Amino acid sequence: MSVILDHLPELWQGLVVTLQLTAASFLGAAVLGVVVTALRVSPVRVLRAIGTAYVETFQNLPLLVLLVLAVFGLPEIGIQADLLVTAIVVIAVYEAAYIGEALRSGVNAVSKGQGEAARAIGLTFTQSLRHVILPQALRTVVQPLGNIFIALTMNTALAGAVGVIDLTAAANRVNLVEAQPIPIFVGAGLAYALLAACAGFVTGRLEKRLVVLR
Amino acid sequence: MSAPSTVLFDEPGPRARRRMRIATVLGALATVALAVLAVRQFAANGQLDAARWQPYATWPMWRYLLNGLGSTALAAVVSAALAMAFGLVLGLGRLSPRRWARGPAVGYVEVVRTVPALLLVYVVLFALPRYGLDLPLFWKLVVPLSVSHAASFAEIFRAGILSVERGQSEAGLAVGLTPGRTMRLIVLPQAARRVLPSIVSQSVGLLKDTSLGFVVSYTELLYSAKVLANYNGLLIQTYIVVALVYLVVNMSLSKLARTLEARQRAVLRRRIARG
Repeated sequence: MSVILDHLPELWQGLVVTLQLTAASFLGAAVLGVVVTALRVSPVRVLRAIGTAYVETFQNLPLLVLLVLAVFGLPEIGIQADLLVTAIVVIAVYEAAYIGEALRSGVNAVSKGQGEAARAIGLTFTQSLRHVILPQALRTVVQPLGNIFIALTMNTALAGAVGVIDLTAAANRVNLVEAQPIPIFVGAGLAYALLAACAGFVTGRLEKRLVVLR
Repeated sequence: MSAPSTVLFDEPGPRARRRMRIATVLGALATVALAVLAVRQFAANGQLDAARWQPYATWPMWRYLLNGLGSTALAAVVSAALAMAFGLVLGLGRLSPRRWARGPAVGYVEVVRTVPALLLVYVVLFALPRYGLDLPLFWKLVVPLSVSHAASFAEIFRAGILSVERGQSEAGLAVGLTPGRTMRLIVLPQAARRVLPSIVSQSVGLLKDTSLGFVVSYTELLYSAKVLANYNGLLIQTYIVVALVYLVVNMSLSKLARTLEARQRAVLRRRIARG
């Protein structure tokens, strides 16, 4: 236990970096994911193809390969950014494919008649989206989005493998100095579990609130 | 069927069709512009020289990379087998009426789901040797992957077992089978078919995670690429080639999962139609 207290500043710094990675990349992934969904449900074939290619590519590539490619490869073609920023962008791009897929299945879960009825009573596209389709679609995607958030939190650890000093990397460093793996790794594991528990709690609450509407 | 009516759009009229043509052109232009930009960026930094790509057309290079792919496949298959076996035990435990079996299974799944695989790799890499358990490199990759994916497989199996209609196991019990035999002879065979697509797509995730060999320094595909790039200095080329290899392999597996799912849906539809 005292090991953790002795190295609290480093571990705390690691946790902060993990939180930054998680929050920033989830935000980016959400925005990009909405764009990808818009592409995939659009009536224009070329846009649909672009969206599908995006999802297929990033769901089938290991995140670590993307991180390595971005961190070590991109400087070779003159694109170099801060390490943390690079990691955030890569994780956001990667997870956007999953968010896009979740949102799309949410939109598709709304039955066709709902949209037809909305248009039949004269709602415009935006109105039908806002009052009829999205409220129903969002309800079904809360749980999948929560799972994606947890997976994203776990995936931020991979940034540690390319040099970002996040919680996992910080724990590893402290262990290399102190050689007391049990308290250090269990502590780090607990911190991740706590983050995931928070996410689970929030999605649980959200789901309850949204389900009442039916 | 250029644009079928969906939940969002009706059959397009003349104005919508014109707008769609504009969007088509814009979308295509944006794609081309992006590709041109990328190529120019490569060219400006001299990364398009034939000499920098030539090595990837030679057999020794591919033999080396395919060796890495072979190790990736081996690690993936072994961890998938272990994770599935362990996952099945956990899934059954979670559904068991006995509390001593259910508690640990639930705890395991919930805890492991919220611990990054990389952290588990570090534990096996740096913690276990301190307690006298220094595994060979291959197992240093396979063990944490199996531990972490067993939780996912457990959830897949549990969902599959729950999806089998209750009448099936009730019928089994009614003809005098023990609960164990009902599970083994009646419920599991049906559940196995239903979970097949999920298992294949989970295996894609597992195959992706074998890239953690990069950290373990087990010579699977990504670590082989690292060694190669350090040796010949062609960083971006090597990693792009390796990414393409991953893409081809995983896309084929994902396609297989989709095919299996479609086939199952067809079977289900036929059964419903028959009544």
